Amino acid sequence: MAKRLGQSISKTAGLLWCSGCSVVSTSQKWCMEGQRVNLLQGPGRPRPDMHGECGPISQKSYRSTNPWKILLLPVHGHPTSQLTGFKGSATNALVPDTTGHLQRSCKGSSMADAGVVETLLRRIEKVDDGVDSLEVANSLGVDHQVIVGAVKSLQSVGDVISAELRSSKHWELTEEGMEIAENGSHEARVFSSIPLEGLAQSELMKLSFGKIGFSKAMSSKWIRVDKTHEGGPRIFRTVESIEDQVREKLLLVQKGNTSQLEEKEKNELKKRKLLSEVTVKTYWITKGNSFSTTITKQETELTPEMIATGNWKEKKFKPYNFEAMGVAPDSGHLHPLMKVRTQFRQIFLEMGFTEMPTNNFIESSFWNFDSLFQPQQHPARDQHDTFFLSDPALAHEFPQDYLERVKKVHSEGGFGSQGYKYDWKIEEAQKNILRTHTTAVSARMLYKLAQQEKFTPVKYFSIDRVFRNETLDATHLAEFHQIEGVVADYGLTLGDLMGILHQFFTKLGITKLRFKPAYNPYTEPSMEVFSYHEGLKKWVEVGNSGVFRPEMLLPMGLPEDVSVIAWGLSLERPTMIKYGINNIRELVGHKVNLQMVLRQPHMSTGLLSFT
Amino acid sequence: MPTVGVKRDLLFKALGRTYTDEEFDELCFEFGLELDEITSEKEIISREQGDSKASGASDIILYKIDVPANRYDLLCLEGLVRGLQVFKNKLEAPRYRRVSPISGEPQKLIITKATAAVRPHAVAAVLRNITFTQERYDSFIELQEKLHQNICRKRSLVAIGTHDLDTISGPFTYTAKPPGDICFKPLNQTKEYTATQLMSLYKTDSHLRHYLHIIEDKPVYPVIYDSNGIVLSMPPIINGDHSKISLKTKNVFIECTATDVTKAKIVLDMMVTMFSEYLFVSSSPYSESTEKIAQLLTRMCLRSQATGVGDEIEVEIPPTRSDVIHACDIMEDAAIAYGFNNITRTTPRTYTVANQFPLNKLTELLRQDLAAAGFTEALNFALCSQEDIADKLGKKISETKAAHISNPKTAEFQVARTTLLPGLLKTIAANRKMPLPLKLFEISDVVLKDETKGRHVGASNSRRFCAVYYNKSPGFEVIHGLLDRTMQLLEVQPACGEGYHIQAADDSTFFPGRCAEIFVRGKSVGRLGVLHPDVINRFELTMPCSALEMDIEPFL
Repeated sequence: MAKRLGQSISKTAGLLWCSGCSVVSTSQKWCMEGQRVNLLQGPGRPRPDMHGECGPISQKSYRSTNPWKILLLPVHGHPTSQLTGFKGSATNALVPDTTGHLQRSCKGSSMADAGVVETLLRRIEKVDDGVDSLEVANSLGVDHQVIVGAVKSLQSVGDVISAELRSSKHWELTEEGMEIAENGSHEARVFSSIPLEGLAQSELMKLSFGKIGFSKAMSSKWIRVDKTHEGGPRIFRTVESIEDQVREKLLLVQKGNTSQLEEKEKNELKKRKLLSEVTVKTYWITKGNSFSTTITKQETELTPEMIATGNWKEKKFKPYNFEAMGVAPDSGHLHPLMKVRTQFRQIFLEMGFTEMPTNNFIESSFWNFDSLFQPQQHPARDQHDTFFLSDPALAHEFPQDYLERVKKVHSEGGFGSQGYKYDWKIEEAQKNILRTHTTAVSARMLYKLAQQEKFTPVKYFSIDRVFRNETLDATHLAEFHQIEGVVADYGLTLGDLMGILHQFFTKLGITKLRFKPAYNPYTEPSMEVFSYHEGLKKWVEVGNSGVFRPEMLLPMGLPEDVSVIAWGLSLERPTMIKYGINNIRELVGHKVNLQMVLRQPHMSTGLLSFT
Repeated sequence: MPTVGVKRDLLFKALGRTYTDEEFDELCFEFGLELDEITSEKEIISREQGDSKASGASDIILYKIDVPANRYDLLCLEGLVRGLQVFKNKLEAPRYRRVSPISGEPQKLIITKATAAVRPHAVAAVLRNITFTQERYDSFIELQEKLHQNICRKRSLVAIGTHDLDTISGPFTYTAKPPGDICFKPLNQTKEYTATQLMSLYKTDSHLRHYLHIIEDKPVYPVIYDSNGIVLSMPPIINGDHSKISLKTKNVFIECTATDVTKAKIVLDMMVTMFSEYLFVSSSPYSESTEKIAQLLTRMCLRSQATGVGDEIEVEIPPTRSDVIHACDIMEDAAIAYGFNNITRTTPRTYTVANQFPLNKLTELLRQDLAAAGFTEALNFALCSQEDIADKLGKKISETKAAHISNPKTAEFQVARTTLLPGLLKTIAANRKMPLPLKLFEISDVVLKDETKGRHVGASNSRRFCAVYYNKSPGFEVIHGLLDRTMQLLEVQPACGEGYHIQAADDSTFFPGRCAEIFVRGKSVGRLGVLHPDVINRFELTMPCSALEMDIEPFL
């Protein structure tokens, strides 16, 4: 029953991998929660005051229609939104994403500087063709961003203006370049600081421009060094006068006459980090179809006041952007594997199966193996496959007469069996382990059933953790969930087992089943259940089943004509196939991807329909 | 499940026809095998050691076939072919019988009492008049190896030795001697070694070193001599070089030494029957039975006939089918031969009323409402390191009542968890990129040592509810609010005495003065509070965190 079902999941799941939505949403709800008051809060406990910290945005947040993001405004050009993880830094400007239902200006309400907007509109009115946003900014003496803001604001109120984004490259002096334009190049300054009688090299090097200027002046052959001079190397002029071309070139650029320089000259200055080429993004603004210098302010949202006064009738409202995503509802989520567990539980209950108490991870080898007629030298009982306990190491108190019958059927046979013919040891049966299958619980339940005065048919199920001390990989963990169904009644047949499996899997959305002979120490016959996977176009193993051996049932004291049929599968494997999860660690354990937990769809019938 | 690799063309030749991969897969499925992989030696080497090493290797197609763990008779090409041929009615079920050598007495193996101290059992047989080809020889060696790995439990239960009978003379003696007294030239070596020297020689042998532990610590080592004192083998480690078999070998002496005599007999039967087809022995005449079941069983190598008494069938179990120990094993074979998928599916008329396990019912109900309360469910491992449940939480492992695992492969599986909190904190640590706040919960079992309760194993599960709130401020009021909501769901009023209340408590996991114990009807069920900064650090977290953990079994 508990055969590990996960052999080729990575291959399978790989084909089913679905790429999910990968939006990183940052919720603003934490600042809302800070406003809650805890009525049970005792005196003296500081009331968390998060309101203050996130005050600037809490005013807007209730109306925001989209997750908040941090927008970093670059120095040049217009803002490009850049997503970063929400670190809650109060210094960052928090503005809504422009893909929200309401398109908002990039600087919020502070931008909506009516003065700038009005000035801009008048400028546009005066000209026939249009204006450049950067020129407007320069002539008004305001930052270019202010004008960009005004443009965005105007764009959002309809077709008042039309703005075409232009980008141009131009050369600009670097900080060092500015200094040179003002004071002269380093080499010129070196030249001029050397008197006719020369200057000690050590003195020159003390000057801020000394080092660079010296080598440049040397290569221009403006100066020479007399290394043999008494009192150390000394520097002398070699020419009478010089022409500071570097400074002149930079001055040309500063005055905006860059075109007079050759490309080569510009690049050389760029190499010296005196010039840099910058891209400027500006708007070319022209009149729109409904151009007007007076702008009616559009309302963003309907307010209680508007409803009370009825003045919504005169207002204009900003259009919604229906292409935006809504805000994720503020709720928790159930774990996908647990949701699938609930579904399986539901199916068993619908089929009239009673849930077994499986809340005992630690089990004795007796109930886990011996009672199931699994011989004591079976490989599954090896240290490499099973977790043994050092504390508590041994189990005590077994039903004595039952234990004797188990011992006999293993070592000598009986109940129509030859047995395994080996020396069965109580010491081996006493060893405590982490159960390797929930069938250990089924064994306890069937033994309990056999102790009833009169046998009554039962249908049992369980879904719980089991443990294997095996090598871990992308599809194998040391613990997984086993799903198990057991039916005990008079005269059950292999046809009954196949019929009930058919019903069970039909409820999961799997209708195409076939059965393969298999081996399992405690069932005979044993069948592996395969289902045809429409997507993969092949048969996939979905479970294991069989009829419990008489050597297991008869020592318990069940009537001879009672058969017990059972089947099992792992919970993880079908879940991984269904959701295209390649690595089991993404599904189970602390390395779970919570984003994945959040985006799982609702489970319905067809839970595992392999389509 | 053992995997057998066979050359496809050789297999088809033996089966007398060729199959497409799909046809062969289908045949395997019906018979209870699985065609696991279609590959070649070249492909295997290039996958394991890189393309460069594979250039010279053979590219003959290999079929890797998964064989059920109890069918030792299918572990080699010969057995597979025989099984499939009989299944397809192409071959009659073989019948095996022991024959005496044409001349003289059967061989004898004398077992001395000294072996009781190390490896008490031995069985032996002789295969006479065998004709090896390279393929048959390889298959013979591979079968021996497969048996060693599977039923022989890596030679610990049974070890097989095969010898060229014509190089040795019986009777043979199986005895045990101190390692210093055993001296012989082992297989493929050029000089003699004592057993003590051999043990250190093979310490570095990639293959043999895995078997040394079986006898290493014993005072005496098992050894088999022939009548002239020639060492045949020192089981379960190595054979002598003198008697090694080759392609020219005609008569093979097979010995199986064991700690389990039943397994030794099975292994010996397997070795003998699988290769008996290369003997020049005529098979017994075939008598046709008309009874369907008997026919079906015969297809599974179980020679059967109706006895004429009722619906009784007499079935002859060949030595190859050691897996048949009960009539139900025979019925399975009949079902396989009939075809599982040809059986009519029926619905059992078992009438039952379903019941939920009350603890699970409560768990299911609570989980739904906790998610509705804004907390997201996590699912963590029941096993963890000692550090997780003790040191990291500021506790001593001796205080934890933890059940300890004796054979963990890594530190992750040292103990069964005694608290759900570490798992949730590790989940947060692995998901730090998620927006704050993080609100997680888990309802699951922990394991505690417990002599009183449970099923006489000395430990029992306890169903816990744990929740954490992780944000820029501790949010004790949030976790407290969740406790209030949980109690509302469980229909417990906030009140001392008959209801629930919380009361300041000291706990090293929590920040001093920020921990309270939860009392329900006067009994403590758990704790909540703001985690200690040291605990937060040890779980590689950076923000304040409050947590709640309580037992839910008292609410049943």
